[in-house]
Amino acid sequence: MFNYNFRWAQAMASLPRMLEGALVTLEVALLSMVIGISIAIVLTLFRLSGSRILSAVAATWVEIARNTPALFQIYMVHFGLGGFGIHLSPYLSLLIGIAFNNAGYLSENFRGALKGIPETQTRSARSLGMTPIAAFRYVVMPQMLRISFLPMTNQMVWAILMTSLGTVVAMNTDLYGVTSDLNARTFRTFELFAIAAMIFYLITKTVTLSARLLAARLFRY
Amino acid sequence: MIEIENVRKSFGALEVLKGIDLTVAKGEVLTVIGGSGSGKSTLLTCINGLEPIDSGRILVDGIEVHARSTNLNQLRRKIGIVFQQYNAFPHLTVLENVMLAQRKVLGRPKAEAEAEAVRQLNHVGLGDKLTVYPSRLSGGQQQRMAIARALAMSPDYMLFDEVTSALDPQLVGEVLDTLRLLASEGMTMICVTHEMKFAREVSDRVAFFHQGVMAEIAPPAQLFEAPESPDLRKFLAATH
Repeated sequence: MFNYNFRWAQAMASLPRMLEGALVTLEVALLSMVIGISIAIVLTLFRLSGSRILSAVAATWVEIARNTPALFQIYMVHFGLGGFGIHLSPYLSLLIGIAFNNAGYLSENFRGALKGIPETQTRSARSLGMTPIAAFRYVVMPQMLRISFLPMTNQMVWAILMTSLGTVVAMNTDLYGVTSDLNARTFRTFELFAIAAMIFYLITKTVTLSARLLAARLFRY
Repeated sequence: MIEIENVRKSFGALEVLKGIDLTVAKGEVLTVIGGSGSGKSTLLTCINGLEPIDSGRILVDGIEVHARSTNLNQLRRKIGIVFQQYNAFPHLTVLENVMLAQRKVLGRPKAEAEAEAVRQLNHVGLGDKLTVYPSRLSGGQQQRMAIARALAMSPDYMLFDEVTSALDPQLVGEVLDTLRLLASEGMTMICVTHEMKFAREVSDRVAFFHQGVMAEIAPPAQLFEAPESPDLRKFLAATH
């Protein structure tokens, strides 16, 4: 029956290693967001470009990113590209996989945000002599990013949690990977994963709270 | 000088400009009156190339606006336009609104752009609102900011597209005062407006548009006191 003995002290001894893993997790998530947001902006421009080919590229990206499991996406980056002779490290595969997913979701958020910005804003910017790119860069984009700020925060939380999917490409330096390795050696399963879950929780809470503070600082209008 | 030669323009099956001929000289103040859908606003957006035209041509200082070889971004620096919807950039302060295009289009250094912005904002009576965001301004103040924003580009021509139509009645006066000030300073202006009293006061000439045709054009005294076309007489009777 229930004869599991909790050994928290033993599990806690692994905390420093797990915190190192947490840093890797945070790093991958942050980088994946930076890359994801940049690509999402490019995809949004593709959709606005009026070119059918570019729009189709953006639409396909969004469809795949949003309608297939993130786990498959990461798996494909590692083993799918591997089939073409492109061998990426687990770290890079995980990063690219999550960034791919982020870009898809964020681009869709940006599209929604653009609907809330009147066409007359662009018209006004153009009438002041701005090029279409300048009008987007200085007038439309800042408003788009503001409207999308909350969805971007959500996506960041997702990105942090998605790092655990690195396990399918044998990633073992992130929080999940480290915990999993420790577990394989000590079998303190409940304790280790409870601690890991707590760390995940603390990271995501910190991220959402700092995002709220940042928003108050950034958006004074 | 703005020269408009036999300009035609349709939106789908609807022909909104049916061969307009018009010349506006440097320093002239022309107001354009007429009912909704008479084509007067469309003409303004054609002059700065925001709208393409179907035939005819528009020359601004001898440069053909709709020629393929014309650099519209360059041409638009000469022509300021202010719309009915003031289109303040909400994420920028009043000062930043007026600085943005100076910096990014004209490439003016920051200090110079700022000095010019402050000068123009003082000019329109917003010198005490520099660090405020547009959401804190009234409609009239936002519209005056939009005017300052256009003026800061040092344009040779200013086009005003029903700039008081979206304003509460008590705010109309402050914007019209700004336009009067510009007119008195010798700015070349085309104002599409529904404010007859204003048109009568400031204009060198008034043009009456009716169903895509410029039905009548004359100095205000003549146009308002002795309207020739029956459509204009009807229009004036209805607006009084």
